[in-house]
Amino acid sequence: MAKKVLDALVAKHGAAIVKTEQIHGDEVAWVKREALVAVATWLRDDAAMAFDYPVFVTAIDRLDWKPLNRPPSEAWTEDQPRFEVCVQLRSSKHKHRIRLKVALAENDAKVPSLTPIWAGFNWQERETFDMYGIKFEGHPDLRRIYLYEEFVGHPLRKDYPKDKRQPLVRRPDLA
Amino acid sequence: MGVELTSTRIADAAAWAKHVREKQNIVDGATNWGRKFSLFTYPFVTACCGMEFMSVAAPKYDLARFGAEFPRFSPRQSDLLMIVGTITEKQGPALRRVWEQMAEPKWVIAFGVCASTGGFYQNYSAMPGADQVIPVDVYIPGCPPRPEQVLDALMLLQDRIQQGTGHSQLRLAREKALADAALTGHE
Repeated sequence: MAKKVLDALVAKHGAAIVKTEQIHGDEVAWVKREALVAVATWLRDDAAMAFDYPVFVTAIDRLDWKPLNRPPSEAWTEDQPRFEVCVQLRSSKHKHRIRLKVALAENDAKVPSLTPIWAGFNWQERETFDMYGIKFEGHPDLRRIYLYEEFVGHPLRKDYPKDKRQPLVRRPDLA
Repeated sequence: MGVELTSTRIADAAAWAKHVREKQNIVDGATNWGRKFSLFTYPFVTACCGMEFMSVAAPKYDLARFGAEFPRFSPRQSDLLMIVGTITEKQGPALRRVWEQMAEPKWVIAFGVCASTGGFYQNYSAMPGADQVIPVDVYIPGCPPRPEQVLDALMLLQDRIQQGTGHSQLRLAREKALADAALTGHE
């Protein structure tokens, strides 16, 4: 696929784009967090973009990330952002797709919610919050969606212990 | 099939009569003999093992041969809880509540490795075995178990019921012994 969407995005919102790349044919744009809502609104409303289908929201924890076959300079280091929030969009009108990424620091894992723009992101942002603890600011109902309210922590973070259990009930005769 | 069923039960009745003469009083023995051939199953089906449960309950393997033919979807009408599939920590309170509502005496079978130990789900959400929450009488390994294993487990459970050594039977006997001791003043 040609870089049509990325080129249009950079031409319109160049100051908001950190970098762009193509991974396995998917177009990826790294967006500054403060510009995410403006970029997303434009992607939905512009006639040539018309991204009407919210495919998914998720996050990536880059803790201790050591990519294979890459120079050491590209490995994750302390001062690099720990989380990436990924937003995949599709246009059912123009049949094109784009992935937006926002980099987040460990102690500042907040990103503006896109639920006001695409209502379909509501539960997906709740899932990302549940699993990674990323706060979606402006979300109408940011609660855990899979796990129970009593659960402490966020299990898909790489520093969550693999064998940690948080039981709700246990047999009294086994205690 | 009918002949097989009848002869199995005649042989079993003979074994039961011998057992009663030697170990149990006749009322308990007869009650337990009735119980083990009239199990009312509550299938707590959460995952893929449910396919094997359907197979074992359907005519080819035919759980009905052992009297456990009638799944009840209300715990209050059942006395055999079959935990079929992975139990998560979030389901724990629901499973416990279902078990608490069942009629006494009651028995529990953990169907498959997930219900027995958590299986290969060793993570933040899966419970490492349903026996963390309720007492289990018979564990069936397998992922999923073969129907023959399930029938074998059911026969093991029937032996336990006849001997009065199911978890809830032992608990009821203990409570009765304690109550009797309190009544007669002997601790």
